[in-house]
Amino acid sequence: MPTDTLPNPGKNPARSTGELIRLEQVTKRFGDHTVLDHLDFSVDAGKHVTLIGPSGSGKTTILRLLMTLLKPDEGTITVDGEQLFPAPEKQVREVRKKIGMVFQQFNLFPNMTVLRNITEAPVTVLGMSKDAAEERARELLELVGLTDHLDKHPAQLSGGQQQRVAIARALAMRPQVLLLDEVTSALDPELVAGVLDVLRDIARSTDITMLCVTHEMNFARDISDQVLMFDSGRVIESGPPEKIFSSRSCCTAPSRRPTSWPG
Amino acid sequence: MKWDWSAVSGFMPHFWDGLLVTLQILALGSLISFALGLVWALLMRVPSRWVTWPLGAVTEFVRNTPLLVQLFFLFYVLPEWGLTFSALATGVFAIGLHYSTYTMQVYRAGIEAVPVGQWEAATALNLPLRRTWTAVILPQAVRRVVPALGNYVISMLKDTPMVMAITVLELLGQARLYSQEHFQFTEPLTVIGVAFILISYLASLLMRALERRLAH
Repeated sequence: MPTDTLPNPGKNPARSTGELIRLEQVTKRFGDHTVLDHLDFSVDAGKHVTLIGPSGSGKTTILRLLMTLLKPDEGTITVDGEQLFPAPEKQVREVRKKIGMVFQQFNLFPNMTVLRNITEAPVTVLGMSKDAAEERARELLELVGLTDHLDKHPAQLSGGQQQRVAIARALAMRPQVLLLDEVTSALDPELVAGVLDVLRDIARSTDITMLCVTHEMNFARDISDQVLMFDSGRVIESGPPEKIFSSRSCCTAPSRRPTSWPG
Repeated sequence: MKWDWSAVSGFMPHFWDGLLVTLQILALGSLISFALGLVWALLMRVPSRWVTWPLGAVTEFVRNTPLLVQLFFLFYVLPEWGLTFSALATGVFAIGLHYSTYTMQVYRAGIEAVPVGQWEAATALNLPLRRTWTAVILPQAVRRVVPALGNYVISMLKDTPMVMAITVLELLGQARLYSQEHFQFTEPLTVIGVAFILISYLASLLMRALERRLAH
């Protein structure tokens, strides 16, 4: 895929630098179970951060809190200097525009064509004209290598193709932050590489901030500026991928080898 | 018993009158029950007990009392309150209302069957609530429930003779009238029986066409 024709999905004239996401003292409980325990954590603009850790350690919860699919029980969440929680609904809608998410199960709208999946939100939320939104959708479909499929419905695509459409759909909203929640976990093994290649491309060619929960350690190593290792709702180790994935840090947590975490 | 073709031809003018009434009740009753049922299903999702409790009680009541009782009630009691409608209009409304309490359950199941991921994707894309319903949730929910709604259309067709009780002359009413005047029961009742089969077959074809049209 030629990088010089990329539509720069993340470019935004008002792009801020410095700290983009901040969670302060965030606690999330499900019943008696505390998933996140007074978590402090921040991400700088343009960085690619990978969250790793065993199942149930709270990685996905962080993404879902940022996407406002969940509300924290305590703490504050700030994105680009504006509070996302606690905040009135109107402000949540504004701040949420800065965030996009790609889900494990794709969650494309099965009643819409690929093209309309991508143009629906830009037209109805951002007020783009149908033509402009479609032009942008075509560019994004080129980016993810699916220009031939724009009139198909999601059910006519493979899982890998659906996930690439979902990536294009998220990018169409020009988010500053892209949340990737185990985006290859539901895919057949042979389809994983295509999706990861698209994401590597986006990580390389845009200044979009990425927050990624994954079990693909090679991918995490490739794209990450920073890796956060979670256990029981706390960050137990953080640093550049070379450090986290080195044999030394592997041996400090002998029961949890980074290459073999269970689903 | 012998079959008399002249009774058939004698009945036919009345048959067409009755057919027209039956089809009107079926078509309008279906539309009312489809529309009201959707309204009830959506209102039951309003997060306020002041809405859901009374609505739940009323629809439960309508669903669990006989249609015939409701027909009589609407036909004889409403005029006492100063509300007078034609017998046909009363019958259509009663049937539509009664069946809306079934279709609301069908819609509810259809709405609940839309995966939660669809709501989450709509939130992630910042779609307004209204748009989420009209563009994402309802198209998927309605498509799922068309076969079940089709069953209620057939069931409603078979309940249309009940309006005879409030003086509306639909197929059965016309057949009964003709039979009693001419003492020929076999021919009119057979003709309308065949007509009911044909109507329900056509209605199910129509619903299947609708199902195909909504497929994605």
